[in-house]
Amino acid sequence: MRHIISLLMENEAGALSRVAGLFSARGYNIESLAVAPTEDPTLSRMTIVTSGSDAVIEQINKQLNKLIDVAAVMDLSEGEHLERELMLVKVRAVGAAREELKRVTNIFHGRVIDESESTCTIELTDTCAKLDSFLHSIDRDMILETVRTGASGIGRGERVLKL
Amino acid sequence: MELTGAEIAIRCLQEEGVEYIFGYPGGAVLHIYDALFQQDKVKHILVRHEQAAIHAADGYARSSEKVGVALVTSGPGITNAVTGIATAYMDSTPMVVISGQVPSYAIGEDAFQEVDAVGITRPCVKHNFLIKDVKDIAPTIKKAFYLAKSGRPGPVLVDIPKDISNHKTEFIYPGSVSIRSYNPVGKGDSAQIKRAVQLLLEAKRPMIYSGGGVVLSGASAQLTELVRVLGFPCTSTLMGLGAFPASDKQFVGMPGMHGTYEACMAMQYCDVLLAVGARFDDRVVGNVEHFAQVPRKIIHIDIDPSSIAKRVKVDVPVVGDLKLVLEQLLSELRSSKQMPDASDLAAWWKQVDEWRVKGGGLRYKNSTEIIKPQFVIEKLYEITGGDAFVTSDVGQHQMWAAQYYKFNKPRRWINSGGLGTMGFGLPAAMGVQLINPGATVACVTGEGSIQMNIQELSTCKQFHLPIKVVSLNNRYLGMVRQWQEFFHGNRYSESYMDALPDFVKLAEAYGHIGIRIDKPSDVEPALKEAFARKNDLVFMDFQTDPTENVFPMVPGGKGLSEVILSEDL
Repeated sequence: MRHIISLLMENEAGALSRVAGLFSARGYNIESLAVAPTEDPTLSRMTIVTSGSDAVIEQINKQLNKLIDVAAVMDLSEGEHLERELMLVKVRAVGAAREELKRVTNIFHGRVIDESESTCTIELTDTCAKLDSFLHSIDRDMILETVRTGASGIGRGERVLKL
Repeated sequence: MELTGAEIAIRCLQEEGVEYIFGYPGGAVLHIYDALFQQDKVKHILVRHEQAAIHAADGYARSSEKVGVALVTSGPGITNAVTGIATAYMDSTPMVVISGQVPSYAIGEDAFQEVDAVGITRPCVKHNFLIKDVKDIAPTIKKAFYLAKSGRPGPVLVDIPKDISNHKTEFIYPGSVSIRSYNPVGKGDSAQIKRAVQLLLEAKRPMIYSGGGVVLSGASAQLTELVRVLGFPCTSTLMGLGAFPASDKQFVGMPGMHGTYEACMAMQYCDVLLAVGARFDDRVVGNVEHFAQVPRKIIHIDIDPSSIAKRVKVDVPVVGDLKLVLEQLLSELRSSKQMPDASDLAAWWKQVDEWRVKGGGLRYKNSTEIIKPQFVIEKLYEITGGDAFVTSDVGQHQMWAAQYYKFNKPRRWINSGGLGTMGFGLPAAMGVQLINPGATVACVTGEGSIQMNIQELSTCKQFHLPIKVVSLNNRYLGMVRQWQEFFHGNRYSESYMDALPDFVKLAEAYGHIGIRIDKPSDVEPALKEAFARKNDLVFMDFQTDPTENVFPMVPGGKGLSEVILSEDL
């Protein structure tokens, strides 16, 4: 089953490789991994999208907690949460095809952030599943580049991951 | 007064009360060796290979309650050390390794003797640090010792670039340390303790399964008391031997691949299993699906939550320091004023005793013609009064030592259980002998393993370490040969040790005494002679039966009740 795990870790050189190394060493899946410093520059927040049986997910949580640089871990999928991913898609489209692309983009609440004579770049922020649907809704042969950040997640309401 | 980074590193070790460090100099650690030279509190043991430095620090730590310390140079110094570090990591030895690194300005330029030490060791350390500022040396070493010995212990590496070891700053050793992202647990959750006690009291076929965590936590007395109060059978993993006295009648031997029949059967058919500082690894519970076929409740106490429910489902997990948790269990048991049902327990013991009879105990067919390896270990046990520190290498001899030397005290049996590192025994024995001067230290080994770190005979000479090397020389990599006989159609691919050296001459070349023993009748006199030489290292080269196999045996991937007993007995 798909799980979205959030963690706070020391913003130190090597911390990211400890997490990435743990996943590869123990054979866990990483679907995506997004990381950046928080309002406290000594801490980084990471969102990992992974999948596995309940036993594997339990081990992933425990193994992450065991890393010395990891200060807090929360499996967001265990409760109410929100997730968003940013995607940039560059498409080759002119004339009617571009008009159709813009129409679809509007439906998905995306926006065009760059246009040239033959290309058009769209920005979309939504759940991973929505981004997948957008890609399925446009002509695959038109796509020149797809850039995705991986999901970032946060708990709903009072569900807070903080030190 | 300002000190150099190198001087600070050595001052930190002094502050930590480090008496011995094991190491090997090289370019990147020259400043540190210079600082070491100019003081006399921290004594340095010069090994002949960095792997041995780590194993020696490991033996030192395992046979005491101290943190082992090693010092190696950059590049090949640290890569040679990696096997030792991984060995210590698998068996949770508290250890601090200081490595030199190329100067900070040269990092990343493929400088001479440069490797990414932090990167290479990351999967096999509890934590590691690359020092970037001389001011960080003292607080980092303080943290390293704290991390190494607290929680689930393990090795911690501190990598110090050469230029930084020559930079200067004020030396201030922090009085305390706190790491916000690291908070090791102490006591166990009291509600879980209550649930555990309830299960233990209701058990009809209870079993206590103790592991290396009991030794590490110093909880041997608490475990022993609990086992005796409850009256349950107790088994111990390879790593836990000695935490509960092996000569006690409640001890049923080791479980698993080369465990006793009764321990395997009792693990399989118990209805409540109390696991204490053990981790249900593949050599203990071969096939977890097979194990799960018998319904039983499992209580698992461990300081490391990730050890719980990793391979088997657990009903009552208790996270905490074993010593504290076992005390909690004992006090909860006393305040409950209840005891397990005596008739159920008696019936269970009757079953266990029947298994004892059926298994026939640990046994082998002795011979007057050829030396049986088990016979050597039995005699070793007798002659040392069961009171020696015994280190071992890896293979058949390791299993025979574990089976036939009855360890009654913790920290007396020192072997590489998790990683299974050949070459561990002799250097580990050096660390054991240094921290236990005057104690009897035996290294049980084979002609294969001993050659993986035989150069350490030279270190033993230099530092007057009177270790007794008990080499069971069967001219084969015995455990490999055994598996080839059982599972690979007697095709002994590369397991015969051809062109062996004359170990007697070799020992003599290093300045020691060597004895070759060919006949069973010479085993006892040779051991007596060797152990009477209190101040000498004696290398005993026992020519043992090359066809002997280790029994009982649960073949890899099989279930505990599928244990094979010796076929020719």
